[in-house]
Amino acid sequence: MDILGDTKIDFMRIRKITFAISIILVVLGIIAAVAIPLGKNNLSTDFEGGIAIQFKFDKPVEMEKVRPALEGGGFPDAELQQFAEPSKLLVKLSRTEGDLRQVSQSLGAAFTSGLPDNPYIVESTSEIGPTVGKKLQTDALWAIIISLIGILIYVAWRFEFRFGVAAVAATFHDVLGVLGIFYLLDKEISLLVVTALLTLAGYSLTDTVVIFDRIRENLNKRTKEGLIPLLNRSVNEVLRRSIVTSLTTFLASLSLLLLGGEVIHDFSLALVLGIVIGSYSSIFIASPMLLFWKDKRKQTVASA
Amino acid sequence: MRSIFWRIVLLAVFSVIALALFLPSTPLSKRLPSFWADNVPKINLGLDLQGGMHLVLSVDQAKAVESHTQRLTGSVEDALKAKNIPYYSVSRTGNSAITVAYPDEKTKGEITKLVDDEFGIFNAPVDENGRLLFNLSDDEAKRIKDFAVSQGLETIRNRIDKFGVAEPIIQKQGEDEIVVQLPGLKDPERAIELIGKTAVLEFRIVDESMDPYAAASAGAPFGSEVLYQQAVNAQTGQMEKVPYLVKKEALLTGDSLSDARVAFDSQYNEPYVSLTFDSNGARVFERVTAQNVGKRLAIVLDGNIHSAPQIRESISGGKAQISGGFAYEEATDLAIVLRAGALPAPVNIIQNVTVGPTLGQDSINAGVNAGILGTALVLIFMLVYYRFSGLVADIAIFLNIIMLLGAMAWLNATLTLPGIAGIVLTLGMGVDSNVLIFERIKEELRTGRTPRSAVNAGYDLAWWTIVDSHVTTLITAAVLFQFGSGPVKGFAVSLFLGILINLFTSLIGTKVSFDIMNERLRVKKLSI
Repeated sequence: MDILGDTKIDFMRIRKITFAISIILVVLGIIAAVAIPLGKNNLSTDFEGGIAIQFKFDKPVEMEKVRPALEGGGFPDAELQQFAEPSKLLVKLSRTEGDLRQVSQSLGAAFTSGLPDNPYIVESTSEIGPTVGKKLQTDALWAIIISLIGILIYVAWRFEFRFGVAAVAATFHDVLGVLGIFYLLDKEISLLVVTALLTLAGYSLTDTVVIFDRIRENLNKRTKEGLIPLLNRSVNEVLRRSIVTSLTTFLASLSLLLLGGEVIHDFSLALVLGIVIGSYSSIFIASPMLLFWKDKRKQTVASA
Repeated sequence: MRSIFWRIVLLAVFSVIALALFLPSTPLSKRLPSFWADNVPKINLGLDLQGGMHLVLSVDQAKAVESHTQRLTGSVEDALKAKNIPYYSVSRTGNSAITVAYPDEKTKGEITKLVDDEFGIFNAPVDENGRLLFNLSDDEAKRIKDFAVSQGLETIRNRIDKFGVAEPIIQKQGEDEIVVQLPGLKDPERAIELIGKTAVLEFRIVDESMDPYAAASAGAPFGSEVLYQQAVNAQTGQMEKVPYLVKKEALLTGDSLSDARVAFDSQYNEPYVSLTFDSNGARVFERVTAQNVGKRLAIVLDGNIHSAPQIRESISGGKAQISGGFAYEEATDLAIVLRAGALPAPVNIIQNVTVGPTLGQDSINAGVNAGILGTALVLIFMLVYYRFSGLVADIAIFLNIIMLLGAMAWLNATLTLPGIAGIVLTLGMGVDSNVLIFERIKEELRTGRTPRSAVNAGYDLAWWTIVDSHVTTLITAAVLFQFGSGPVKGFAVSLFLGILINLFTSLIGTKVSFDIMNERLRVKKLSI
């Protein structure tokens, strides 16, 4: 079965439009990235330190009753987070409100008196000291830097310089894009989300490398074709593979998003978004970026 | 060209080994013969799946150095007395220095020589107008700090072993941190109490020379200090802090214990902790009780007075008891910490992540369901799109899963929820190798090649693309393994193994199927 047959789509023609879209996406991502050190982004307790307690109630939680219950219990500053399952509730507090044991007891008491007809169990608790949060932040930063350097070195070794630059730029674009969308949706940046970002960096690069491989192969055939038609032909030749792989990976991540439960919900969301953006960027960003460099072949053809 | 037969044998052997390795990790293990189920390494479930507690403790190393220095002041003083060297006073200065006030130049030289000869752990002293300041050397300070962590680790391991948690993980992390993982824990608060208690037990004489309330407000006399007892006021029912004036010097500490256990009071059936001293401790205890008959002996635990019974007579036999107001669990836990020994320095909990068993089970179910759906979607898609070749790819996916689980069991890896996600994800990504090959074969078929030469060209041409595209993900997975902790590490492991195994199954496994079609069946047309 073939979805497409032989395609001859002119991907390079719309590069101005796609570049424009991507610049918006990247700017959004940069804003989100800058917001992290400024404390404006929604960081999870992993990174910020603090206390988070997840409750599971018997019945769906009525949010209009939760606030007063917490205020009555002395926690007016508690941050609340709901899940797809309406009976679950995550309460986040800064560590200044006491240690985990006291907080979890008085929170429980506040719910027992504020929501008397809705019994609960504590599903999970976490308490992260401020130094640990800082350490996890730097660790995550190092992980991002080192994996990007590792990838850059590998791509630079296997391909020409311009390919390396274009591939890494497209990868950055994908990571920033997902970060930006998370910022817009006010989704929490947790350790798992960072893990997803790194994973999709690897994935998006895979996708780009496959197309670049074909471009390189076609370049080496030394046809007299111009660079734009050659890029178009290369992308078209591997288009079926790009679509099929994106689709299977997308289906796998989508199942995680739909059925994987709240613990990995945001992680899966980042993957799903990343696969869509990564597939798009390999075709519409990474490949046309190669046009920024002069076509060296013309010189070799002329001198031959 | 290696023979088809041997490649099939290779695949079959790997699959059987993998099955043998991972089946005991599944719920099926109960039905397997025990020689099999019991002798195979198993996949561990992460704390996020089985529930449990992950603690990171930071050892207060500064405090360890401080209390060590405090003890050294006593030793220095003893040494000076033993050699009859006159001095005014010996005291601790700051965290890691001892100050000795000396009367004249001659003794100054003697003190310097003595401290250097007998201790040899101080820097050359600094003279400050009649007082010598001995700073602990950096090497010694570092040794004390390291010892505080290693000893703390040992003590905590001891306590947890005695508490009885199945398969705990207790490790040093970084310079001054201890990681404690307790899977399937029922009562996290009690465990924290037990692990975090410094448990320094001291026996001190109560100083009756002054009213403790007066001492609390006006200041304690030299050599004594005010400590408090938490007690319930019989009239108001409120918790109160009752002051006691006690000598600073401890007559005996928990170090001299050889055993501590829970026993029951025959009269009221109340639990108490029965202590047994080692032989030296028993001698000291007998001597000090004989010298202090009529006085009160305070039992001090972590700087709080537990009780202060009167010494009626000299106590020989090396036994004592801590009684009064215990719940059974409290008494048990106190006995455990006393038996396991005190922590050399206080620990602070800097990270505590606890997952309840219900959430763990929910996560397992969610992960399994998502895995089944994801796998089914990918399998069906491949089958519909590539037909017979899709079936070949699907078989490769199955082999992939079996070998991945087998490898995880063999490595004793920990499966976390993100780890399950990693497995599902590698299935989606893993078909990529086959997709690349299949698409290449199709292209070659379109140029008019025979199935056999198209298959060979497809594998040859796709080879480097597959390697290139996998290496980048392997780099990411390796970095995640290095920097990640807990669940993230689990994810990195399954991603890394998944990709490696995928390379094997797609390059060897599917190739052999095509070779069978081409060489044995000599098909005219590939179903791809």
